[in-house]
Amino acid sequence: MKLTLRVWRQKNADADGAMSTYEVDGISPDMSFLEMLDTLNEELILRGEDPVAFDHDCREGICGACSLVINGDAHGPERTTTCQLHMRSFKDGDTIDVEPWRASAFPVVKDLVVDRSAFDRIIEAGGYITAPTGSAPEAHATPVPKPDADFAFEHAECIGCGACVAACPNGAAMLFTSAKINHLNVLPQGAPERETRVLDMVAQMDDEGFGGCTLAGECATACPKGIPLTSITAMNREWLRATRKAGKR
Amino acid sequence: MTSYTDYTTGAPVADTKAPDGPVHERWDRRRFEAKLVNPANRRKHTVIVVGTGLAGGSAGATLAEQGYHVVQFCYTDSPRRAHSIAAQGGINAAKNYRNDGDSVHRLFYDTVKGGDFRARESNVHRLAQISVEIIDQCVAQGVPFAREYGGLLDTRSFGGVQVSRTFYARGQTGQQLLLGAYQALSRQIAAGNVEMHPRTEMLDLIVVDGRARGIVARDLITGKIDTYFADAVVLASGGYGNVFYLSTNAMNSNATAVWRAHRRGAYFANPCFTQIHPTCIPRTGDHQSKLTLMSESLRNDGRIWVPKAKGDDRPPNRIPEDERDYYLERIYPSFGNLVPRDIASRAAKNVCDEGRGVGPGGQGVYLDFADAIRRMGRKAVEAKYGNLFDMYQRITDEDPYQVPMRIYPAVHYTMGGLWVDYDLQTTVPGLFAVGEANFSDHGANRLGASALMQGLADGYFVLPATINDYLARNPNQDEVAPDHPAVQEVLAGTEDRLNLLLSVDGDRTPDSFHRELGELMWEFCGMARSDAGLRKALERIPQIREEFWRRIKVPGTGEEFNQSLEKANRIVDYLELAELMCLDALHRTESCGGHFREESQTPDGEAARKDEEFAYAAAWEFTGTGEAPVLHKEDLVFEYVHPTQRSYA
Amino acid sequence: MARTVWNSTVGKKTVMAVSGLVMLLYLVAHMLGNLKIFFGTDEFNHYAHWLRTVGEPLMHYEWTLWVIRVVLVVAVVAHAVSAYQLSRRDIKARPSKYVHKKPRAGYATRTMRWGGIILGLFIVWHILDLTTGTVHSGGFESGKPYQNVVDTFSTWYGNAIYIVAMLAVGLHIRHGFWSAAQTLGVGSRTRDRALKAVADVLALLLTAGFLAVPVGVMTGVVS
Repeated sequence: MKLTLRVWRQKNADADGAMSTYEVDGISPDMSFLEMLDTLNEELILRGEDPVAFDHDCREGICGACSLVINGDAHGPERTTTCQLHMRSFKDGDTIDVEPWRASAFPVVKDLVVDRSAFDRIIEAGGYITAPTGSAPEAHATPVPKPDADFAFEHAECIGCGACVAACPNGAAMLFTSAKINHLNVLPQGAPERETRVLDMVAQMDDEGFGGCTLAGECATACPKGIPLTSITAMNREWLRATRKAGKR
Repeated sequence: MTSYTDYTTGAPVADTKAPDGPVHERWDRRRFEAKLVNPANRRKHTVIVVGTGLAGGSAGATLAEQGYHVVQFCYTDSPRRAHSIAAQGGINAAKNYRNDGDSVHRLFYDTVKGGDFRARESNVHRLAQISVEIIDQCVAQGVPFAREYGGLLDTRSFGGVQVSRTFYARGQTGQQLLLGAYQALSRQIAAGNVEMHPRTEMLDLIVVDGRARGIVARDLITGKIDTYFADAVVLASGGYGNVFYLSTNAMNSNATAVWRAHRRGAYFANPCFTQIHPTCIPRTGDHQSKLTLMSESLRNDGRIWVPKAKGDDRPPNRIPEDERDYYLERIYPSFGNLVPRDIASRAAKNVCDEGRGVGPGGQGVYLDFADAIRRMGRKAVEAKYGNLFDMYQRITDEDPYQVPMRIYPAVHYTMGGLWVDYDLQTTVPGLFAVGEANFSDHGANRLGASALMQGLADGYFVLPATINDYLARNPNQDEVAPDHPAVQEVLAGTEDRLNLLLSVDGDRTPDSFHRELGELMWEFCGMARSDAGLRKALERIPQIREEFWRRIKVPGTGEEFNQSLEKANRIVDYLELAELMCLDALHRTESCGGHFREESQTPDGEAARKDEEFAYAAAWEFTGTGEAPVLHKEDLVFEYVHPTQRSYA
Repeated sequence: MARTVWNSTVGKKTVMAVSGLVMLLYLVAHMLGNLKIFFGTDEFNHYAHWLRTVGEPLMHYEWTLWVIRVVLVVAVVAHAVSAYQLSRRDIKARPSKYVHKKPRAGYATRTMRWGGIILGLFIVWHILDLTTGTVHSGGFESGKPYQNVVDTFSTWYGNAIYIVAMLAVGLHIRHGFWSAAQTLGVGSRTRDRALKAVADVLALLLTAGFLAVPVGVMTGVVS
């Protein structure tokens, strides 16, 4: 396959960026999208040019590092991570636009690499269960109904890639935040911190400069792990509940 | 200069920390005998932890909970992305919830046997004991393990064992356990007990007056190289499978932290013990950048076969039942498709070498679910393996519900690593290694679902107990002066190395060298090794190294985000580590676990161990790049599990 | 608690959801009242007069109406201020756009933002037209709403403004009702289709009900 790539190039966080055009040839449909970029980078290095910087690590769709907006879609046309997108999803002769996640809470570091540390700070605000090592009761002491365990798991699948933010017209992090809140709040182990967790994490999410939710639904469409839009509804419910309870105290 | 293969044998190395006495009492005794640090004094101690995977994340969180000041590093943009996240299948624990005859002793026995009698009994027994606590800890953290309808935890069986002791969270067990550790770590970061440095890579170890006192690390965004000091350093930087270029490791997983520590005096043990995982998706072409693992749990219900006839290129569905060879079920009737990884991998290689492999290049075997679908129904198969099937289909564009999967072995895990004693301390005082970074408890072969167990055991329970002893015995270490000659030497060495990489301006990319080295290693130090092959590799590696320093091209500068520079610098270390791996493989003229020497096999082609000669861990001491290292042997004593030739027939 | 709500994006959305539902309730009543125009001048004018005497003798003349007006003004202001502040925030959270444009992205957001602005302007015109009579086309006569309505819809621009506004109302309610349900946390996977259906029906009925009046005037059914 022969392709034309238009790639966002930006030297560093302070520099202005622009799209640059590259031609790549000899692309196999079995290549992953990132392997196609590897091919481009090998050529750029030999030509003495700066290779395109992009985040990637596991290349198995689970670490959440890869983060490209391809033809306007976070992670590209298939519902998966960028690393699991294969070139058979494109046609010979296509022009492909490659851009970084865009949100003011995710500033560009270089080219296609962005800073997603805001997500870490949202987790730090309450996305955990306080269970110091050694203090745990016997695992079977508290049975968890299977539907609750499945609900928790479904939300725990979030890989923290940030596609939800990239796809959201408001740069909102509601889906990410709600996934973690729902994972932990439904479990009996998470119950003691249920209210503080949702209030603190939502407050941190706002402080990081993410936008609000207009329920456009783009996040759930882009999510490679299929976290549903109702996750946000469930978080709203938790938030209202916690606010009411906090008001009573 | 003597040749690299003319290694010398130095004084034996011994683990002096494991107490004597009954094996099940040793851990309790060690914990009691270890000195403690007064809680009020802990915050005066700084501990550096490199890596945020299962071992590093759990260690950092636990040490911080105990009151230590933890300074932690990871090369990824977030601690949550460490490669432990990619582990799929599960985590073993001797809970015996199934009432199927499991016990701590059985897990201990299975692990020693599975490791082909090349692991330390004391360590393995401790691991089995702690396994039980790990599950409790993770459930308390909210790890969403699979559950039965009654709300209790579900388990499944895994390769190499006959009990159902593997706890799992669909095909994402590693992810869920890692997020548990990451969340515990996040809580400590928020509390100010952990100072986290993401996108910061350790490039060297600082040893002052014979003790590990800090590291040199590079901020990957600004390129700034800095020194960090502490009272103890913990390496949790993972394994070195990426020496092979193609492996199931993450693209950026690397050996720099452990190799630099080795260069600074830490012995490297059993470097040739690498695990080749039997169920990976075969490569599709030269563009391949990494290999993807399919969980071993697939072997619970999938049947592995190849055509009986050589070069049979009919589509799998057109090959009649009596022309198929279910070779694992044939050769190993009692374990069948559930034999340990090393055996399953080698068997696949053997049938492919016979010309019966399937798929492009004949480098693959079928993993067939047709029977399982008939027996359990498509729905049940989907519920159990749906995400793995989807992943397979996405990568290969083939529907595994319709046609059998094709699988082939790939490098997956490294049992070798920094030599550590029972306290997980390396031969450099104050330097500890946990998780895959140490030479660990798996001997010559790791059983499935045991890596997660070991990483978490080390990080949550072992290290936090044993590091106390070291810190208590060294309570008032002098502060390290940044201009100390030892510090300056390390710092200058690091800067020189990066500058040299940038200044060569040759005509070959870092990846091209990495690929060349990887292919060499896969061919001669992969699933089967021979004297001639290893010698050939040992001849080639210094040549590649020499060419590397002549022709490497790294664009850009060191004062910026420069992924090519990161890569090239990691290859520098692979080019030295690979040599040691080959030497270790050459010197160990027996076959054991993942290390198969063609010269040492039984008449029917199974691995033949030589216990009288090689019942030891080989701990290598660095003497200089390309210079013959010194071998220190740690004799392994088996008091409880008596070495027998492993039989899974 | 009030501060927590107002300072949070989630809380502000709650304010929008509650105020929106208040306005929606009002619209349903308003639309039903409008339909009385098809039963003749007397019935319609009588209904308009009744609006001012509801609650008597407990309430004085027009008190109830004023209570409703105050509640509505509060709802409109709360809704609009929240919307304005949230929109500012959203635009700031995504300052640079993607070079590769997707038509799909932002449909709901755009509909709500622009629809909301259109409706705000319409409300002003609507009050000046039929409540105060300030910009009324014919000779506005207080107490004779039937004739006033017929006058308004006898002009082309009166019809045009009204029809555009009512279509905007429909679109706004369609996303707004469902969205409010999500914001208030009553949505779920099993209820989602039902909620969407209710939103569609509400939007359709209200739009059709409101549009019946200008259509009635235009076709001469109402004159």
